[in-house]
Amino acid sequence: MTTTSREDFREILRLVRPGSRVLEIGCGEGGLLELLANEKGVDGRGLEISAAGVTACLARGLAVVQGDADGDLADYPADAFDYAILSQTLQQMRDPRRVLTELLRIAERAIVSVPNFGHWRVRWSLLANGRMPMTRDLPDPWWSTANIHLCTLRDFTDLCAGLGVRIEASAALTRDRPARQMEPSRFMENLRAEQALFLLSRPGQRAPDPRNMPDAKPAAVSDDLFAR
Amino acid sequence: MAVQARMSRDVGPLPSVGSDGGLMRFGADQSLRLDSRARLGGLEIAYRTYGQLNADRSNAVLVCHALTGDQHCAGEHPTTGKPGWWNRVIGPGLPLDPDKLFIICSNVIGGCMGSTGPASVNPDTGKVYGLNFPVITIADMVRAQAMLVDALGIETLFAVVGGSMGGMQVLQWAADYPERLFSAVCIASAPRHSAQNIAFHEVGRQAIMADPDWRAGAYAEQGARPEKGLAVARMGAHITYLSESALQRKFGRELQRDGLSWGFDADFQVESYLRHQGAAFVDRFDANSYLYITRALDYFDLAQGHGGVLANAFAQARNVRFCVLSFTSDWLYPTAESRMIVKALNAAAARVSFVEIESDKGHDAFFLDEPVFHGALRGFLDSAAAARGL
Repeated sequence: MTTTSREDFREILRLVRPGSRVLEIGCGEGGLLELLANEKGVDGRGLEISAAGVTACLARGLAVVQGDADGDLADYPADAFDYAILSQTLQQMRDPRRVLTELLRIAERAIVSVPNFGHWRVRWSLLANGRMPMTRDLPDPWWSTANIHLCTLRDFTDLCAGLGVRIEASAALTRDRPARQMEPSRFMENLRAEQALFLLSRPGQRAPDPRNMPDAKPAAVSDDLFAR
Repeated sequence: MAVQARMSRDVGPLPSVGSDGGLMRFGADQSLRLDSRARLGGLEIAYRTYGQLNADRSNAVLVCHALTGDQHCAGEHPTTGKPGWWNRVIGPGLPLDPDKLFIICSNVIGGCMGSTGPASVNPDTGKVYGLNFPVITIADMVRAQAMLVDALGIETLFAVVGGSMGGMQVLQWAADYPERLFSAVCIASAPRHSAQNIAFHEVGRQAIMADPDWRAGAYAEQGARPEKGLAVARMGAHITYLSESALQRKFGRELQRDGLSWGFDADFQVESYLRHQGAAFVDRFDANSYLYITRALDYFDLAQGHGGVLANAFAQARNVRFCVLSFTSDWLYPTAESRMIVKALNAAAARVSFVEIESDKGHDAFFLDEPVFHGALRGFLDSAAAARGL
């Protein structure tokens, strides 16, 4: 069914309920939004910072607004979407905590992926070289990287706990390999996961409705989401 | 269409088989209701069309012109011989392609290019209206356009497209006739006139009214023309259509001749340019029309009629595909104004796209050679056409 080679896209496709309303922040040229529309019948909207990206989205028939997550999420009304997706850009935000809060104001659930700064390669790179780590997921030198707010898995789960945000599911993503379900608070995962993808829901929200969960039987709600 | 039986048309074949437009005359029983509560009888709308209306009448596009524009948006202007004001957008292979679409453009009411306006003869008195013409609004212009679209036998428009004042008409269409729109493109525009917008217009109007040849608006009867006042109005307004950097790039401090005149001739090239703009304008535009249309713009505040909440204006427009475009150097209707529109459309859960185009050409960029703008417009319209099955 899925035609993408990007494992994070595959996982997001699995998580998103068919026919739902989705806002993707940082949608680039609209590849994921198009997939979501074609394969899940999603009513998708995008927010993208570059004019070239938005123009490419327009040509794909996608509804995308030029803007950035730091400033323009405030323009969206509460509860406008079922899902807000922020793929691999939270660490580039000026105020990630506020962005996370905004995502869960605008949407019932947020799907967020971040690179894990606790990964052993990152730790080793710093330890061995005494320089800011440069890995295949973090390829740019410190003076040109867009990643201004990197975090480890433990940092991220702490932030969620602090905000009262519920982590409904999480998966470790490694390039060119299928996503792997994980428990993000485990010590070993903080070493092993290069990237992490989270399904988050709002503070105080009820347990997820099984009918809303894609590819999951009512009996297998939260942790089995990423099970193959 | 029943309504069509009551029409008489001056030129052109039947619109259903494609035409080049003409003058649509509405009978006395079809007076136009205005926001001022006045009624405008004997309405005439000058319009032009490009391309052919398809069999299921689903490919019609209404192009809305700006303050001093007219219905001749493409092809050649019949009187001046100049190219249409949107020749870069409308034409074969361009974003609005008459080989695929049936494109309609009409002169706004209050205008002076053939539609009923202050220079028209009042059917009740047999005299030129002058200042007896009722004050009109953007909503009145749109109501008249809807009558024209009805008369052409078109139920829904594939798109309504316009820049500047044309963009305001697009927004008004979305508020007043959302069920008749498939898509809407609002370019370099605003949801209401700002204090600065009104201020500039007031300067223009005062320039016209200060001209002794304006004759309290009755210049036509008295054989006069307030050309100086109208030219000054245009010169002032024209500055707002450009940008500081574009003016600097084009003219800098370059002189017309060697050395200064030590007087008040047009020493600087920019002065000469503005004088030329003013002089050329009075040849094609009516001073009272300028008063009326600038007034319509100043009165425009789309939120006002919807409890002060702009999103409410778009409450019924959820199924319309919107595209909002602005230009970075436009200080007449800056990007912040377009963002207000986008925010309201988002709040109304409408399907909106928005791009701010990088350009140093100011407000007038939407007339000019701007490949990124044209690419965005083409992408939006082509994908909308595909969704519409065109």
